[in-house]
Amino acid sequence: MWRLLPKEVESLWTLFTAPVVWALHFLLSYVGAAVFCEKPGLLGEDFDNLRVAIGLITVLSLAVIGVSALLAWRQWGFGTGDPPHDDPTRRDRLLFQGYATLLLSGLSFVAVIFTALPALFITECLR
Amino acid sequence: MTREIFISGEHQRRDGDAEPAPRRSSGAVRVGVPLSAVPLIVSCNGIQSALDPAGEEARQVATLFWVMTVGGLAIWAGVIALALYASRWKRGAITTEAAGRLIVWGGVVFPVTVLTALLAYALWLMPSLRPFGDQTQAGLRVEIVGSQFWWRVVYHRPDGSSIVSANEVRLPLGRRVEFSLTSSDMIHSFWIPALGGKMDLIPGRTNRLSLQPTKSGTYRGQCAEFCGRSHALMAFPVVVMQPGDFESWLAARASASPGVVESRSAETLFLRHGCGDCHRVDGTQARGTSGPDLSHVGSRLTIGASLMTNDAETMARFIAHSQSLKPGSLMPTYLDMPSADLDAISAWLKGLQ
Ligand code: HEC
Ligand SMILES: [Cu+2]
Repeated sequence: MWRLLPKEVESLWTLFTAPVVWALHFLLSYVGAAVFCEKPGLLGEDFDNLRVAIGLITVLSLAVIGVSALLAWRQWGFGTGDPPHDDPTRRDRLLFQGYATLLLSGLSFVAVIFTALPALFITECLR
Repeated sequence: MTREIFISGEHQRRDGDAEPAPRRSSGAVRVGVPLSAVPLIVSCNGIQSALDPAGEEARQVATLFWVMTVGGLAIWAGVIALALYASRWKRGAITTEAAGRLIVWGGVVFPVTVLTALLAYALWLMPSLRPFGDQTQAGLRVEIVGSQFWWRVVYHRPDGSSIVSANEVRLPLGRRVEFSLTSSDMIHSFWIPALGGKMDLIPGRTNRLSLQPTKSGTYRGQCAEFCGRSHALMAFPVVVMQPGDFESWLAARASASPGVVESRSAETLFLRHGCGDCHRVDGTQARGTSGPDLSHVGSRLTIGASLMTNDAETMARFIAHSQSLKPGSLMPTYLDMPSADLDAISAWLKGLQ
């Protein structure tokens, strides 16, 4: 199964993946809802469609964050290491980065759910 | 907030005057007015408190507040207890695994669960806080326009007629009322803590707010967005009346006050001093709209947007000294007006019931 994923991701960018997904999801949800309500008809008429759309991008975002977490978990050695990984070695740098990425992914996962939660309860532009 | 509980008894008044009158010479007035407002603003119960609800929306807001407060206190108590346990009663090392489990459960799972529950509860309340009726079958609609430092209040009745007033809001008990809120100059915020949450008045935009009073009495609303030098003095009494009383009160305001014809000479003075350029008085030539409608100003509980109680003397004081009473207000001062004119105009205005 691990063959599906890149063998080794060794870049600082992986660290940012999850928070970037969180930011994009936040912008899409809030800007989308604002435009939908302020310009009736531009993005459709039925508020439920907007809620479904937010639901879909939420599932997509959670999936991407999940993959990022999985890669980070692998980089961290599936939890076999013993933090804080603060030796000045290449190995510790890798493990530290994996661990930090995993934690950031967890935070982003929860944040994306919290961002989407209003769409579960709010049923109209004015409600 | 706590200090206040021990001092003034002023916040207990509910049906009386909305505001104690600062009866001081004009030198002391500048200090006296803001200070006299302090007990009203900071009390926990009384005419201007979100924790002493008199409306459906305010009740939900108060419940939310208590749920959040009790929840927060419970967590705080738990954390302190844990800290005491660790530092006093059970000193000694625990295994790395136990520490890890504590962090995962106490530092991740627990807060995420609690925050999710509290957030979901608050969001779940939101739709019922904005229960707008069907546009076509709306009952009373009250239009509020904020201006430095006063409120235009227009009652739109279901039959299409409208009645203009200012600086005071009257509402029928138990009825749902929809407010449409806008501003003529800068951002203000309309807030009647006893009845519900606040909503901004934004120039070029109309916001909606829906309130349902559940207890009759006199409350106090306040501008809640800084809007200039006299922002703190931009308030208004809110009177919740029995629906029948409200209807007859409103009906009486649909035509000119009988007081208009009491003194034709005062009316002439009012017009000659140019008051009619900014103020409207039904039944006279005064048609100005840049100041509050004065057609029935004598029957308001307060003068100057909840600044002072309303009688002929405070009326005269406001007209002569508006700038020292309300710095930056757009009402000019009339320090040089002959006192005979001032008294005649004030008495006439007070008579506009
Ligand atoms: C340049 C326009 C202007 C003129 C002229 C003017 N006013 Fe005013 N007046 C205002 C404004 C604006 C307010 C609201 C002030 C505030 O509360 O911030 C006001 C408030 C008042 C109030 C208090 C109303 C209330 O609801 O409490 C009274 C009474 C009043 N004016 C009387 C007069 C009289 C009498 C004159 C003439 C001698 C006069 N005004 C001339 C603009 C004007
Ligand atoms: Cu204001």
